[in-house]
Amino acid sequence: MALYSEKVMDHFMHPRNVGVIENADGIGEVGNAKCGDIMKIYLKIENEIIVDVKFETFGCGSAIASSSMATEMIKGKSIHEALNLTNKAVAEALDGLPAHKLHCSVLAEEAIKNALKDYYIRNGIPYDKKLFPDCENCSHCHG
Amino acid sequence: MQVYADNAATTKISKVALDAMMPCFETIYGNPSSLHSAGQEAKEALEAARAKVAQCLGCEPREIYFTSGGSEADNQAIISAARYGARKGKKHIISTAFEHHAVLHTLEKLEKEGFEVTLLDVHQGHNITAQQVKDAIREDTCLVTTMYANNEIGSVLPISQIGAVCKEAGIPFHTDAVQAVGHIEIDVQAQNIDMLSLSGHKFHGPKGVGALYVRRGFPLVNIIDGGAQERGKRAGTENLPAICGMAAALEDACAHLEENTVKVTAMRDRLIEGLKQIPHSALNGDEVNRLPGNVNFCFEGIEGESLLLLLDMKGVCASSGSACTSGSLDPSHVLLAIGRVHDVAHGSLRLSLCEYNTEEEVDHILQVVPEVVSYLRGMSPVWRDLQNGKREYIL
Repeated sequence: MALYSEKVMDHFMHPRNVGVIENADGIGEVGNAKCGDIMKIYLKIENEIIVDVKFETFGCGSAIASSSMATEMIKGKSIHEALNLTNKAVAEALDGLPAHKLHCSVLAEEAIKNALKDYYIRNGIPYDKKLFPDCENCSHCHG
Repeated sequence: MQVYADNAATTKISKVALDAMMPCFETIYGNPSSLHSAGQEAKEALEAARAKVAQCLGCEPREIYFTSGGSEADNQAIISAARYGARKGKKHIISTAFEHHAVLHTLEKLEKEGFEVTLLDVHQGHNITAQQVKDAIREDTCLVTTMYANNEIGSVLPISQIGAVCKEAGIPFHTDAVQAVGHIEIDVQAQNIDMLSLSGHKFHGPKGVGALYVRRGFPLVNIIDGGAQERGKRAGTENLPAICGMAAALEDACAHLEENTVKVTAMRDRLIEGLKQIPHSALNGDEVNRLPGNVNFCFEGIEGESLLLLLDMKGVCASSGSACTSGSLDPSHVLLAIGRVHDVAHGSLRLSLCEYNTEEEVDHILQVVPEVVSYLRGMSPVWRDLQNGKREYIL
């Protein structure tokens, strides 16, 4: 289908890092079933490095592809690098998303940020609240 | 294997229709409005097509107006009845909550002009009853417009009974029969239908052509103004190739209606039985009064667009009422109207069959749909929560 780029289709058909990490160091879940997409990211962190990452996604093709690409982009990277991952970078790495699907890349960015926030909270590490927007309102990204 | 199971969206054009169209490009290319022999030959073809369509519906040829498709026919029928009603001070219209947008959006426009619209509830049995129509009728009701059969979930409405109710009350009755014509036997006289919309490409005719049947004497209002084509009610040079193709396709569909119904219904029922085996799924639409080719399910824990993409990869063309396939935030208004909540409406799948489909194709669908559903559930956090008891099953 010409709806999506070849990269999107590749990551949708062969998603990387699907699954769950038992005893994850940080878990982030964004979206809701009412809107039709939920992303859940599991992180394994050692010495400030993301040594493993898995995801589960309920959503459309671009949501699954965005999750897959985003997890690839932070695997092996430092927490600092992961925090700087933008939805734009995810969309670009996928050779672009249709305009009405850009929210999927936003969800991927926010799922990672939520997982990192969860890691900070679990470990009592102080963090800058401004870096972590709340994802409770669908119109925020679907608008 | 390539399986086209989206016949409610559109159908493959038949050889019969194509054969009827070709001469209109090559030899009968005159303008039916022209006085010369080339024009008159085209005019004859046009009127022969009109007679064929009329015969399939049980009306007179002069009661058929060719349009650009079902949407235009719906618009013209509803606007005409509204204008006629308004002249008599009647500005109330009865319809249903699961109509096509060609009807719903036209009604919304009329509401802004001061009309009142009652949309009948379709929760019960995913259908309406004639009694609901009867109960909704008021002194100022100027039109009852209900679809003949629903395009998404396949429910076939009790049209004869609704027609009887409308006749008794003296209220014009229009039906959007786009999904029914060529698939269900229709007799506008016996069923007391005053106006009926149809579309050529839903029964192996070409796209971009349709027709509106209007009972003789009912005052039609133009949607397109200009020349005097179609008895002055629809301007624009007639799309003769498409009209002839549509008429031939309809004639063919009506001639084989019984055998097609038997074949398609058997495949549909096998699909429904097979897909019901998928846990936490539900059939959408009226189980008994149902279009021969319609199968529509909701699968909990997955999203429809990803389902469609994977099915396409496995050779199955289908459709879904998920929000992602429509480009809006909300899933199909039809699924919401029958009471499916957003969470499960996103996970819908419509397979629509025709007589060109085969039992082998049904086997293929029955093999790949459960595989794809279970693959997507395997990566769905919603499904995990359902399985772990963190979220309650809806289906």
